[in-house]
This record gives sequence, structure tokens and C-alpha cells, in this order.
Amino acid sequence: MFKAFLIKYAEIGVKGKNRYLFEDALVSQIRYSLKQIDGTFKVHKTAGRIFVEALSDFDTDEAIEQLKTVFGIAGICPVVILEDEGFEALSEEVVTYMERVHPEKNKTFKVMARRSRKNYALDSMEINNKLGGVILRAFPEMKVDVHNPEIYLNVEIREKIYIYSQVIPGPGGMPVGTNGKAMLLLSGGIDSPVAGYMIAKRGVQIEAVYFHAPPYTSERAKQKVADLAQLISRYTGPIKLHVINFTEIQLYIYEKCPHEELTIIMRRYMMRIAEQIAKESGCLGLITGESIGQVASQTLHSLACTDEVCELPVYRPVIGFDKQEIVDISLKINTYETSILPFEDCCTIFVAKHPVTKPNLKIIQHHENNLEESIDQMMERAVHTRQIIQTV
Amino acid sequence: MECYLDNAATTCCRKEVVEIMNQVMLCDYGNPSSLHKKGMDAEAYIKQGKEQIAKVLKVKEKELYFTSGGTEADNLAIIGAALANKRNGNHLITSVIEHPAVLEAMDYLKEQGVEITYLPVNKMGCIESDQLRKALREDTILVSIMHTNNEIGSIQPIAELGEIIKEYNPSILFHVDAVQGFGKSKIYPKKMNIDLLSVSGHKIHGPKGSGFLYISEKTKVKPLLFGGGQQLGIRPGTENVPAIAGLMVAVTQIYQDMDTCLNNLRFLKERLATGLLEIEQVFLNGYDPQNDAVHILSVSILGIRSEVLLHALEERGIYVSSGSACASNKPAHSKTLKALGLPKDLLESTLRFSFSVFTKQEDIDYTLQVMKELVPSLRRFTRV
Repeated sequence: MFKAFLIKYAEIGVKGKNRYLFEDALVSQIRYSLKQIDGTFKVHKTAGRIFVEALSDFDTDEAIEQLKTVFGIAGICPVVILEDEGFEALSEEVVTYMERVHPEKNKTFKVMARRSRKNYALDSMEINNKLGGVILRAFPEMKVDVHNPEIYLNVEIREKIYIYSQVIPGPGGMPVGTNGKAMLLLSGGIDSPVAGYMIAKRGVQIEAVYFHAPPYTSERAKQKVADLAQLISRYTGPIKLHVINFTEIQLYIYEKCPHEELTIIMRRYMMRIAEQIAKESGCLGLITGESIGQVASQTLHSLACTDEVCELPVYRPVIGFDKQEIVDISLKINTYETSILPFEDCCTIFVAKHPVTKPNLKIIQHHENNLEESIDQMMERAVHTRQIIQTV
Repeated sequence: MECYLDNAATTCCRKEVVEIMNQVMLCDYGNPSSLHKKGMDAEAYIKQGKEQIAKVLKVKEKELYFTSGGTEADNLAIIGAALANKRNGNHLITSVIEHPAVLEAMDYLKEQGVEITYLPVNKMGCIESDQLRKALREDTILVSIMHTNNEIGSIQPIAELGEIIKEYNPSILFHVDAVQGFGKSKIYPKKMNIDLLSVSGHKIHGPKGSGFLYISEKTKVKPLLFGGGQQLGIRPGTENVPAIAGLMVAVTQIYQDMDTCLNNLRFLKERLATGLLEIEQVFLNGYDPQNDAVHILSVSILGIRSEVLLHALEERGIYVSSGSACASNKPAHSKTLKALGLPKDLLESTLRFSFSVFTKQEDIDYTLQVMKELVPSLRRFTRV
């Protein structure tokens, strides 16, 4: 029944002179996204809105689900397109449309006609009145409410006639690629995929880095992270995942530094490496899934201590969220089930029984001096031998 | 170098197995129930398969039913026999070290109101006959005991247990899960008082998805699947002819030169065991050269978590199993190892090496060399 979608976008509508940049990015994101489902679609901008028209058969539900993953879309309106075969025919079609799309009839409505083809026999007000009458006669239990109707029935008269009344909420946000690029520290857990999703939602393109510690972490753990990248790429677009072999550095820290500082020192080296790759790839910031106080390395003291090693800003979109709030988002974006698969990640393998929760920066720096001899070479080797996995 | 020492998990298919399966899938693909020649050609494989298996087990062809593997055979034997013999009682006996295909089937019956007794094992992983004697009751209908344990390779005194059961009451059924034992030990159901015997194809170089259940002539079993009446309605569904043909070849081959192969496996196992004991703080589980399985060696290496060692071996091309699947966020210790009374630090540090007729002495020597190098270096780094 539906042959097209009208795409509503909220936030980019208020942009100034560079508004076209945002619109063009949205158009290209929609095109990219629809390429992944069956059917051929034409996506184009017309008069301050975006139109997706199907040029072939397609599955409406599948297309809507796909559009719901495109950041920048505020609402998706499934549209029926009719040839103009006179007002009689239009009236019949409108009744059929209401019958099918709004099976629950005990509702208020309002017809909103627009006539961009000015030679149409009736003007907008006349169309509103007449179609309203047609609907009331066909469905006596419906009522007109011009101020606050439950159903806005849009009828647009152009070359063809377009009818739509539903607005399916989109994900909101801004089109990916309109806000630069950032490097996500992706672990196998629940939080980091959510953090990546949230930053991408603001239009940021994502690259990711994962710290692999064989034989302490398994190939399956790595596969799990690649799977998570694949899952969020549904929203963020393709992700380049850098897999760093971190074992050597981790064992070196284990041997040279106090045990209860192992995690925090390890985190500092992860940030250093992530930043180096981020700069090489033109990223403007780092993203982590940390939330205050969740574990010892996420107290304010620890976070300050980690941040001290990098120049790039570190974005932590779930910093103020409780675990359950993060879980709720991960369920929504479909990463939860993969995140909870039981594979060890490299942060937990040597974790001390009582890691420091209030690290003293001076002392940490002092202990890092123990690593002076080899750490630079090790870091270079880790960056140099990294494996790159591209999501498909 | 690739060195596959996880043959208790699964084995590679023999070339001859793949060849006959190819032949069946590409040429003799008929439905064995079809009336035409194509159907008869397919049926011939099933007949031949039954002949071969009947010969090595010394049973009748009509006592064999092909299944999708060991799990289905165990389920059909236990649940099917329990359902068919309800009138004789409501009590089953099994052991604490059975495979999940048995234990989970028991759990299912327990939910249906059946009483289950779990026999303990001694430090060697063996059931003591007195324990069975004590557990037998008037209303016992079935005893299910595995032939060879999959984790430590202990072999149960099946003939002795069979005798005890039948002495107590000849109508109590005896099921033996021989998934690990078949092809590695000589098993004769009739002599050992076994009424039901489960076998899987992929542990003996046959295809996955193949296996059979021996059901002695006089044993009543109710089907778990319902359909077109194939295999006397006990296991309906169009027979998986390629798998059956492959299984037949695998069975035939494993029984050729069996004594030589078993002696060689024993030699390899001893070589690995002796070599590993040269490393400090290494312990063998259920190790009994007189009586245990020739193809399974369970080893605890104190101070290294099994998964870490497993992955370190993997990096050098050696594939083994960890005695217990255990990640920091989901501890799940092996029931079998616990039943042996292993302390927690050994539970978490157990590996299983398992061999096949394709394992060579070089594989063992290479593994020993790698282990001697890895163990001390991995012991330097432990969780504190």
C-alpha cells in the first residue's frame, strides 16, 4: 500500500546557512542504510523535506525498521501515492486509506490539504471540508477536532496525490558524519557499545579500538567485540576496529608496578595508545563507556588520573548513568545479549583483590618510571602490529 | 605445526568416510522408503550399516536404531525406556559423572515425578559396586552408567555392574553410554548384560549427526519422535543415509587392527603422562594405566588457569580442552572433577588431552616441549 516515506527531521531544520550540509548528509545516510535491504529506493530533497520513494517492491516494515536506525530522522511518515483521477476517486481512496491505516475508529481527526498544483479544481479549504464530510459519512463514530486531533490526515495535491497520517518516531540526533570523528575504546562489556551509539547519535563518525591479551583473552572474546562493532555499525555506519595486542605491556606492568595499581596504570597506557591511533586517523576525541564509581578505575580520582595522559578530550556519554539505564539502552540497540556472553576481557585477568580507588597521580607517575626501559618500544610494537577489522 | 589433541570432543572424518558420503549424496540419494530402485539403493546402505555394526557388537541387526548422535541415543534410551516401563516402577539410577545428555534427560524425568539416585565415584572416577547394590530398589526400572568418562577417561566396571543389576532383578534395564568407549574398548552388550547402548559417529572419525542406539530385542522403548514409521516407529524420520553410510565405514575401520591401534594409543598416553610429570606441581586425574581409557588424559597444572594455558597452547597450534569451562564472570566447575574431590585450585587448572589413531609420537613430543616451556613462564603471572 505504501510507496514512499516522508522523512521529518527536527534539529537540523534549525541550522543556519550550513543547513544544506546536514540535509545532504542525511540523504546520503538514508541511501546507505536502505542499500542494506531488498528494494530500490530514490532518496531526494524537496522543499525542505526528504522523500524516500520506492522504485521496486519492498517490505514496508523492514524499510521502517531500517530508517529507524538513521540518526537525524525525527519521524517517518509512510505515504500512499495516487494518480489524480478526479475528486470522486480521491474520496474513495481516502476512505480505503482510513479503513486500513486506522482500524480503531473511535478517534478525532483533521484533514490537512495542501495544493501545490494550483490548477486543481478545489482549493485547500474546500478539500478539507469535503474530505472531512466523506470520512464522517463513512465512519460515523469518528469526530472532527481542528485544534487537537488524534489523526492528522495529510493530503497533498501535486503531479500525483500523496496521503499520509502516521508519524513513526525516528532515532533523532544528527546525521553521522556531520560532526567529525572520534575513537571509541570498545571492550566486550555493556557500556562501551552504548557510549559509541550515543556519541554517533550526535553526528559523530566512529572508529574503535580493542585491547586483546592472548592467551589471557580468547579469540572468542575478540570475535565478540567485532560482533559488537557490527551491531552498532547498524546505527553508526561502517566501523574500523583496531585490535591491539596488549599482552606484553600488561605483563610488563604486572612485573614492574605495585599490584593494586595495575588496572589504573594499564588504563593509562590504553588511553595513550588509543590517542596515538586516534590522532593518526584524524579523530578529534576519545570515547569510553565509563560511569562514575562503577568500578575502582571509574572513581573521580581514577578518571582524573587516566585523563592526565591524553591531550584529546575524552567523551563519556554514560558518565552519569546507573547500570540499569545503560542496560536499557543496550537492550534497545540490541547489543545486550552479545555483551553478556561470558568471555574474559583484559581488564579483569590480573585484577587485584583491592585495587586502588583513590590513586595519587604523583605516586602513579613515580611507579610508571619503573617501566621506562622498554615501555616505549612495547607501545610502538603494539600500535605497529595492530590488526584492523572492518565491519561489513 | 598443527597438533589436534581434542579427539574426545570430536575427531576428523576419515577420507573413506567422506568418499562414501559423497557417493550417497551425489548418486545414491534416494529415499530408502521409496519403492523404486533409487530407494532400494539407498536402503542397501542402511542394511549394510546394520550388518557391520551388528557384527562388531555381536548383536542382531534388528536391535540397532540410527539416531542423530549420542545425545539423541541417550535421550531415547532413558526417557523412552522410562516411559515404556512405568508400570514396573518409578526409580532410576545413574552416576554423578555422566554426560549432560544423560543428566539432563534424568532432570527432565525428575520434573515428571520420577525418582533418581546418583551414584558417587571414588578418587579414580569409578563407581564402586557396593554403591550400586545399596541403591537398587524394588521399583528401580533402569540403571544408566557411562562406559568411559569423557573428562578423565575412567572406565566403569560395566560387566560387573551388569551382573549385579541382573542378579538383583533381571527386569531392571541397563543403559550404557558408550560414546567415549566405543572403538576404544571391546564392548559386547549380550555378555555384559547391557540392554541399551548409545554410540556417536563423530568420536570415531565418522560424521557429526550420526550415531545409533542398541536396544536389545526384549527391551521396550517408547519413541520420542513421531512420523512416518521408519525404523519400526521407534525413530521415525527419513533415515540420514549419508551419515549412516559414513558411520558404517568409520565403525568398520576402527575395528580393523584395533589391538595395534589401542596399544599405540596407550604408548602415546604413557609418553605424554610421564613427560608431563617431569614438570613441577602437575597432577594426573583418574590415571590408571591398567584400567583407564587409552585416549584421554586429564591433567591439573597448579597455578595456571586452564583457559589461559589452553589459549597459549592454541597459539602454538596445539588444541586441547579445558577440564572446566570457567570465566571470571561465570564460574562453572566440572561436575566430574568435583566428584573426584579435586580442590578448587586444581579444578580451575585442568586440561584434557585426547588422542586418536591419527595422533603421532611427534605430536606428543612437540606438546611436551611446548608445555615445558610455557608452564614456568605462565606461572610467573597469576591473579593475586
